[in-house]
This record gives sequence, structure tokens and C-alpha cells, in this order.
Amino acid sequence: MAALISEIIYRGIFQKNLAARIARGIVFSARKSGRWGIAFGRYGDSPQRNGIPAKDFAIVADSKEELEQNMARFEPKHTDVSIALDDTLAKGVESWAWYGLQPINRLTVPNGTLLMTSVQTFGDLLKDIHKKDAPYTLALLRAKASFSGLWVYKEDHTEARVLGALARIAPSFLSLDAVCQAIKEMEWGSDLKVESARKTHDRVETRAVKVTEGNAEIPYSFELPKWWEMREGVTIPAHFTHLPKEAGKGYVPERNPYFKKFTTRTMRPVIDFDKCVKCTLCWIQCPDSCFDVMPDATYDANMEACCGCGVCEAVCPVESCITMVNEAVFDDNASQWEMWRKDQAQYATWMASKIGDKKATARSHGFRFRGQYDEELKRSFEDGGLAVTAGIPGENAQHKAL
Amino acid sequence: MAVATKAAPAAADETELLISGSEAVAEALVLADLDVVTAYPIRPYDTVMQAIAKKIANGQLVAEYIVAEGEHSQFEIVKHASTVGARVFCGSSGVGWMYAMECLVVTPPLRVPMVALVGNRALDDPGAFGVEHNDALVVRDLGWMLCWVDSSQEALDTTLIAYRVAEDRRVLLPLAISADGGFLTHSQALTLVPTKEKVDRFLPRYDRGDLLLHPDNPITVAPQANEDWVIEIRRQNNEAMGRATTVLEEAYADFRRVFGRGPENPWFEEYMTDDAEVVLVGMGTISLPIKVAIREMRAKGKKVGMVRLRWFRPFPTDRLVAALSKARAIGVIDRNYSFGSPFASGVVANEIRAALYNAERRPPLLSFICGLGGREVVLEDVYKATDMCQAAAKAGKSDTKTHWLGVRE
Repeated sequence: MAALISEIIYRGIFQKNLAARIARGIVFSARKSGRWGIAFGRYGDSPQRNGIPAKDFAIVADSKEELEQNMARFEPKHTDVSIALDDTLAKGVESWAWYGLQPINRLTVPNGTLLMTSVQTFGDLLKDIHKKDAPYTLALLRAKASFSGLWVYKEDHTEARVLGALARIAPSFLSLDAVCQAIKEMEWGSDLKVESARKTHDRVETRAVKVTEGNAEIPYSFELPKWWEMREGVTIPAHFTHLPKEAGKGYVPERNPYFKKFTTRTMRPVIDFDKCVKCTLCWIQCPDSCFDVMPDATYDANMEACCGCGVCEAVCPVESCITMVNEAVFDDNASQWEMWRKDQAQYATWMASKIGDKKATARSHGFRFRGQYDEELKRSFEDGGLAVTAGIPGENAQHKAL
Repeated sequence: MAVATKAAPAAADETELLISGSEAVAEALVLADLDVVTAYPIRPYDTVMQAIAKKIANGQLVAEYIVAEGEHSQFEIVKHASTVGARVFCGSSGVGWMYAMECLVVTPPLRVPMVALVGNRALDDPGAFGVEHNDALVVRDLGWMLCWVDSSQEALDTTLIAYRVAEDRRVLLPLAISADGGFLTHSQALTLVPTKEKVDRFLPRYDRGDLLLHPDNPITVAPQANEDWVIEIRRQNNEAMGRATTVLEEAYADFRRVFGRGPENPWFEEYMTDDAEVVLVGMGTISLPIKVAIREMRAKGKKVGMVRLRWFRPFPTDRLVAALSKARAIGVIDRNYSFGSPFASGVVANEIRAALYNAERRPPLLSFICGLGGREVVLEDVYKATDMCQAAAKAGKSDTKTHWLGVRE
């Protein structure tokens, strides 16, 4: 291997700075052994949108010529290491550009490595990660996804830990000493971060994944039209505005079949249909028009369209009618309303297991009160664990507090 | 000897008016039953805006007349009106046209058949009123059809043809008619105005078809798209511009059939070129001094002719090459500049050089820049250019210098 190609799959805004630090860190680390490298983001992405999957790449090579050889395609088509910074990305990613759904391991070369930050088990993750026609290694760095904002950065050492893990995965390109030296010299580096990198190097967990393992779902895809097949005038035909849900009742808007956006989601609303007072607020306020009106005039959040912003939970006037729950605890996009209609008792059990999970209902992103950031960091360092905050203080935090 | 300019046989039903180029355009707009027009004053374009206002005030035309707060809005408004099916007109001059630039850029990809009058004016600074062609030429690469007219009659006729070509479903591209500021926009000439009945036979209703923005045809126009879509959209525009060539020739042929006049060759006017050794090329009202100078020189036995280019986009490459490669020397007189371009020539000279590159016979080509900022092009300028071209014809090769004529030195 004369070149190491890595992709860093991250969530827009929340992890934009984190991904850029990792990509730069890879190049600087390789430079310590005299190698050449380049770090860049996929230009067609839109990393300035909350949660939207995006990619950075880092390529390092033994010589300038080998680097150029691998840069001839601006966006690499194969990666030796794929790094996913949030385990809810395991369900696949759909970027801002229209590509259909891409399995998280799509670019990973045979016998390459998929490195993720996750607190889930290998087994749970493999329910989400699509099957691949070649074996690869799944490596886990035990951590909750590190989310921050566009202008702020969470100094929770995730960048240093990922680099430490890479020293274990690709030691011939990134030796641990080189990584540690690079981290120390980075503008964001420190002795503490070097220590975190070393620990992760020792602790990173790996598991060989066979071709038989993984999510068997065929990811949705489509052929891009030829120029003469496209409508002229930069126009797109409208879909039907809506169809009734059934028997002339309900209201289901038609949606773009080519761009679904749901991989933007890190949390999803879980709805208690028995509590719904049919006030329409979630339906009206949803910025992605993801709610379908059911024949009984309740609202079902369509999981192919929901981006997980949480506005519905915030505007719902009924306590615990809508609860945002981490995406990791769901296996599919099935309709909650259909589940509820089929068997209300079973739905109640299912719902209780989701909204009763305090870790799963902790906010994945965004700060809800002044000082939350400091508090989270303090806890994560003191306990060696992770701070979990839930709800909106002054609104519903009390009911969801740990 | 072919003399292209024949006296137009006045059909009995045509009315003769003494009007300027701008007023001639306004007459055509009434005949075309314009729907929406926007206005913002800048000289010399403002003459057409005043003429249309008068038509509406007099009840000769029923149209929405919207005075915008600047050229940017002026062109945006008609862009939107056109997408919902209105026949629109707009226009500007010099830096006003520049201020509308963002809208000028988006109209071709959105396939908006906006017809605009550019009263050619020098770009600032200095804030001169006089003609230069650089304003209209700024959009030459963007998918705008561009033509230059040199008389009130041609301004009127070309406006009718413009709607027919621009609004054709095979084309749907914006079209700018350029009229030299002062020389054409402010000079009144005897002009034949056809009847509405004949115009209706020539010019069909504007029909955007599947691109119409209407509740019965719900579409999204101009969504954001990235690298997976853009080059296909450009390719579509290239195709539309290619089809414009055919549509334009059809329109001129039909114009002649309906009105009994108009040029056989839509693309350029040839004046005394049949046996010409030297052919001078220009656009716009520069044709007048060139024609007069040619007659004077012909009387002294010099074989000189002129090609006045009407259509710059689409560029009539093959026909122009066929016409020009017969000459022993070509002299291109540009009323524009292109600083830092090959040989520091004007825009037309370099386009013709490029067109001739693959021609079997490439006569020497000399490049001249003349008449900038509205300075008059005088007979002496034309004589001087012709003499240099004759010398090049004798030597059998071009000099690569660009010659500035009529400049104090």
C-alpha cells in the first residue's frame, strides 16, 4: 500500500469542525514520516445544514506522484478506511446532492476498515450497516457522537481519539508516535489529547465482518437522467399535492422519490396517538412537511421525510405526546400509526420502551441552557462516562431528567 | 453588381411614419400585442420607454407598464411575467444593462423569451451617452440571442421577428436587439408600419407549453442543483441556441411571405461584395458612412464592398465564412474594445478570425477600432481602412496590429 485513502463521514454543522480536524490530523501525522498528503471536503456537500451527512477526505502517499495518482478523481471512489463519526449514520447516507442512499461502507475496499464512534454493540450496528460483497473490519471507538455547533467546538478529544485509533488500523502510514507528535503540534493539540490518542489506540475494538453479515435491505437508488431526458428551463414537475390516506379520508402529501433526506436524522419523534388532541401544530410547523394526516385526524410522522429537527416535540401542547428518541434504537422507517392501529396494547409497550429509555431521549445535538457545554465536559472527564441531558429546561426537562 | 439595399415596395396597406428607431420598436410592440413591459430610465434606451408609455396612454396598447426602482428589478419582473405566459419587453443601456446582470444571466437557463432593446451606450467611466457595443456584448456567451439593426424599418421588422424566434418552443431564449445610441435611437426616418392583421398572420401567440408556471401546470422553476445536473442544463441551452439558427431562417422566410419585404439573408447584409477585393465588416449604423465611402471609392475604381453583420448570436459561421473567404482582404471595424484579447482586437474581428480558422481560403484580416463613445465614423476613416486592406491584399498577408481610427494622436 503506497497510499492511504480515508473518508470521514460526518454530520453537517454538528461535526464540520471535528471532521476537518481529523482530515488535517491524518495528513500532518503522515507528514511526520516524510509522506505527502491532502485533506479536502466534498464540495457538493452542504455541511452548513444541521445533521446532513457530508464527507471529508484525507489522502496520504509515499510520494507526490502517488498522491497525484490518487487525486486524479477529485472524490475518491474507494477508501482504505471509512470513518463514521456518528453511529446513526450506519443506516446509510444521502448527501445534499442526489445520489440515492449510500451504504456507510460503500467505498470501503475489500478488507478495509470501517471505524465508528459508537456505544452500540457490534451486533446492533450490523443490523443497520448494509451488507457488502467483500469482507471488511468494523472498528469501534467507544464514545457517544461528538456534536457541537458551527461556531463552537466541543473539546472532548474525539479528534485525537480517532487519530489514535487510526494508528492502530493503519500503522504503516500513521505510526502512534507520529500521530502523537502531530497532535501535540496541532493548534488544538495538548498533552492530554496525546494521552487520549494513546488510550484509544490500545482500546479500539475490532471485529471481522463477513459477506453474509449486515442489513440485507437494497438501498434506494436511481439513474440520473440524460441531458435530453431532463425537462428544459431548470424546471421540475410537481407531484400530486396530496392523496387521501384511505377511503377518501386523511391527507398524505406526495414527496420527492429521489431525495428523501431522512439520513439527516439523529432523533425521531415517537407519537402517543392516544394523547393527540388533533391541534394540527406539528403538521403545520414541521419544516419538512413530514406529517401525514391519518383518517382519524391524528398525525403520523413519515420516517422517509422526517429530518429529526424536533420542532414537533417543541410545539406540541400535550405533555409527552411527542417525544424525540435517538435514531439508533430504531431498525426501520415503518409507520407508527399503522403499528398503533394494528395493536394498541403492543404499541403502548413498544412506545414505553422507546420513550422510557433515558439515554435514548437525551438530546443528540444543540444546547438547551447556558453552561450545559461545561457541565457535559466536566462530567465526561470526571466520570470517564458521558453526560446525558434531556428535555428543554423550563419546558419539559423535569419530566425527562435522569 | 448586387446592391442588397433595394427600395422596399410599400404595400398599399402599410402606413408610412417618420419615427426614430426606438419609436419603431414601440410600433412593433403594439402590433405584437405586448402584455407586460417594465421601465427604468437611462439614455438612450429611455426613448423606447417613453414611446411605449405614450402608446398605452393613448389607448393604442393595453399592457401592464411597470416602472421598476432599478434595472435589476426591471428585468426580474419581466422574467417572472414571462414564465407565467406574458409576452414581455424590457431594455436598457450601458451600465443600466450591467446593473441587471444577475437577471440577464438567469434568463437563458430558465428559457425566458424576453425581448430587450439595448440602446448601445458606452460603459462608465466616463459617463458618456454615445454608442459603444460593449454593453450588449457582455452577454454574448450566456445564451442571449444578439442582433444589431441599422434603421428604424429594420428595428420595427426585427422586433416582430424577435418575438417569433425567441418564443418558439424549440428556442425559448432571451433576445436583445441592439440599436446604436443617438444614431438610431434618436434619429427619425420614414418607416412602414404594417397592419395588425398581417402581423397576426406572422406572429403566433406566446405558448410556453409544459414550461408555463400555472396552477394547472404545477412546476418548480430554478431549484438549486449541483455538479450532477449543471452540465446537462448547459447542454440543453447549447441545443436551443443551435435550433435558433433554423427557427430564425424560417421566421425571415415567413416574414417575406407575409409582408412582401425583408432580407433574403437574415444573418448579414452584403453591399457591393460580388466583385469586391476588399470587404469591410461592421455592425449597426456604421453601415451608413461605410456605404457612402464605398460609393465614392467605387467611382474611383476601387473594388470595395461591405458585410454588415445583423446577427452576432447565433453567429452565422458558415455563411459568413463563405461570403468573406471570397475577398482578397477583410477589414473588420469594431465599435467596441476587448482589452488584452488576441492582437488587442475588437470582439467582432476576433470572432471572424476564429470562424475563418478552418476555412480553406483565409484572406488577410485587418482589425480596426473606431467610433468609440459615439464618435462619428467619417468617410476618411473608411478610406484609410480600405487603403490598408488593399496593401494587405497586395502583400497577401495581414498585419497583426489593431488600428485605432479617428483617435487624436
